[in-house]
Amino acid sequence: MATALETVREYTGGEYKYGFVTDIEADIAPKGLSEDVIRLISAKKQDPDWLTEMRLAAYKRWQTMTEPTWQKVDYEPIDYQAISYYAAPKIKERPKSLDEIDPEIRRTYEKLGIPIKEQEILAGVAVDYVFDSVSVATTFRKKLHELGIIFCSISEAIQDHPELVRKYLGSVVPAGDNFFAALNAAVFTDGSFVYIPKGVRCPMELSTYFRINEKGTGQFERTLIIADEGSYVSYLEGCTAPQRDENQLHAAVVELIALDDAEIKYSTVQNWYPGDSEGKGGIYNFVTKRGACRGKNSKISWTQVETGSAITWKYPSCILQGDNSVGEFYSVAVTNNRQQADTGTKMIHIGKNTRSRIVAKGISAGTSDSTYRGLVKVLKSAEGARNYTQCDSMLIGDKCGAHTVPYIEVRNRSAKCEHEATTSKISDDQLFYCRQRGISEEDAVALIVNGFCREVMDELPMEFAVEARKLLAISLEHSVG
Amino acid sequence: MLEIKDLQATIEGQDKQILNGLSLTVRPGEVHAIMGPNGSGKSTLAYVLSGRDGYEVTGGSATLDGEDLLELEPEERAAAGLFLAMQYPVEIPGVSNMYFLRQAMNSIRKARGEEEISAGAFMKLVKERAALLGVGGELLKRDVNRGFSGGEKKRNEILQMAMLQPRICILDETDSGLDIDALRTVADGVNAMRSPDRGFLIITHYQRLLDYIVPDHVHVLAKGRIQTSGDRSLALELEEKGYGGVLGAEFAEVAA
Ligand SMILES: Nc1ncnc2c1ncn2[C@@H]1O[C@H](COP(=O)(O)OP(=O)(O)OP(=O)(O)O)[C@@H](O)[C@H]1O
Ligand SMILES: [Mg+2]
Repeated sequence: MATALETVREYTGGEYKYGFVTDIEADIAPKGLSEDVIRLISAKKQDPDWLTEMRLAAYKRWQTMTEPTWQKVDYEPIDYQAISYYAAPKIKERPKSLDEIDPEIRRTYEKLGIPIKEQEILAGVAVDYVFDSVSVATTFRKKLHELGIIFCSISEAIQDHPELVRKYLGSVVPAGDNFFAALNAAVFTDGSFVYIPKGVRCPMELSTYFRINEKGTGQFERTLIIADEGSYVSYLEGCTAPQRDENQLHAAVVELIALDDAEIKYSTVQNWYPGDSEGKGGIYNFVTKRGACRGKNSKISWTQVETGSAITWKYPSCILQGDNSVGEFYSVAVTNNRQQADTGTKMIHIGKNTRSRIVAKGISAGTSDSTYRGLVKVLKSAEGARNYTQCDSMLIGDKCGAHTVPYIEVRNRSAKCEHEATTSKISDDQLFYCRQRGISEEDAVALIVNGFCREVMDELPMEFAVEARKLLAISLEHSVG
Repeated sequence: MLEIKDLQATIEGQDKQILNGLSLTVRPGEVHAIMGPNGSGKSTLAYVLSGRDGYEVTGGSATLDGEDLLELEPEERAAAGLFLAMQYPVEIPGVSNMYFLRQAMNSIRKARGEEEISAGAFMKLVKERAALLGVGGELLKRDVNRGFSGGEKKRNEILQMAMLQPRICILDETDSGLDIDALRTVADGVNAMRSPDRGFLIITHYQRLLDYIVPDHVHVLAKGRIQTSGDRSLALELEEKGYGGVLGAEFAEVAA
């Protein structure tokens, strides 16, 4: 991943690197949303009846809901009838082996620096490739299968493991949870599914790479990860989209379930197209991510590096039900030009001695705006709960904004919550010091920002950390001077 | 190689001249010491030469090996071989000292069209040089200058200098804040770097440093220009008589 990214960076210099479009014939649903469209999607996906019903119920619910307005972001109203809710590259059948994949799709991922093959540099990572609405390939399935690990697209899981999907789908993020989650439940087309059986430590990183290609479409993927008792998995998510004048909607739902003594580490490097420097185009990223620590001693850790999207609206959360369960949220959110990010987390302490840790780093440059919004809620039952929250903002230039909105609700006297917040700027002295040592101004900014984010970067798996570090540098190009 | 002619500079946005027609030539292999009262413009000279923002050059010139320094960005001056060991080294949280050093080295190499140094070669080199300067391995792993004691910061500056192997080294009060042993170590480090094709400009308040690093020339900077120059004995004379005694009564208190 890393080496390829370097090449990509070299030949595109400066602007968004992944803005190309793949010319491939697609199967696209008519624009707009109606029961008919949902039935069409359901039929395309060969959904079982229960799922069709679930979609229709979610759609009904969605019609009664309104878009949230509490976040600190501005955008033109989204016309939900102007979006196409299903786009799939025309392939007759899902390829049986990696060799059968359409060469255009293969080239796309090569250009993105993550070729579809079980290659040596990615030997430690199994990848599920999602292209517009469908998963086009998943690597290392056999090897994982031998351990009883299921890693496939959610469409396949619905066909092959309906009992698991039915049991857990919507159990963490119910359709009525929020406007975008309801929309997703109605129209989701693909995404990844992971099941780690009891006592198994997944030997490699599992990863999904999302790519929006078709225009006038939205991407509504759904990810479901279940870590059974005593298991462990580390999962990575990456994403890019072509450069377009229009805004495209991405409304994903991710549900994680950790049973007794299980641990899930979920890392995201989000690099959807952010729009141009005037704020034209870019992805609207309205995402619901939530993990349930159902079992005792379970742990869910979210790490995110958010550099892309015109708008990011995202609060990966943990419901700490099991006694002694642990929730973590490590976040870097970078906004430049006219990007807006309203992101943070919710830690809901229910079980005894539950612990949560939040480290959020916001970097704003240009005329962008970034907000950390977090909720720490300790219920009466959460005897001995602990939370530590640290929010640091860094401003580059004087036309951007950073805001911290922490909510803390504590219903149990034995609970302890700590909150620290700082705001800083890159000082002229720091820049000069670096430049005097030969480091260019842009590299110096990247260096200082990476230093500022180190606690979060250290949480990322190695392959991803290198990529994320470079991404930060690219996102902040032309932010000073 | 470093040729400063009639250099005049103000603080940006202010009329007051800080450098008032300063001229100085450092030839390869030479060590020049600059002494002078507080506020006389020593650090300003170092900053103007290295290109820090906030100063305006209103006259004169400065060249390194014939190249106009004042036209270059700070990083280009570094690549041209100019190094400034700062009076107040800056902290960079979250960036390890080692990583910083490597990036600095590679940036300079890149600017000169050279290959990046391999991780292995770099490690070997940094360990070797750090040991010579009494910079412990633990300090290399820590964030750049963060929580370093005054003396540790200064040693770290000299380590960077030893790694980057510049053409012209400017040391701004590197000796301040060093204990007696550290002073020796740092001076040994500098002496080890003395070579026929490298020049030094050493700003100091204390003639004791010059016991260890014996300069070829000593200059007294006051009111923004070199008032008098001499050899090592000038430093001793200053120590004895003070600036007023050497330069005349009007220089007795020239902090303003
Ligand atoms: N940014 C600034 N704004 C205003 N005055 C400044 C600024 N920087 C320097 N000066 C002034 O310029 C003069 C020269 O300062 P400089 O730091 O060069 O002195 P110095 O010779 O290095 O003194 P010291 O021995 O105390 O280090 C001083 O009067 C100082 O107050
Ligand atoms: Mg000074």
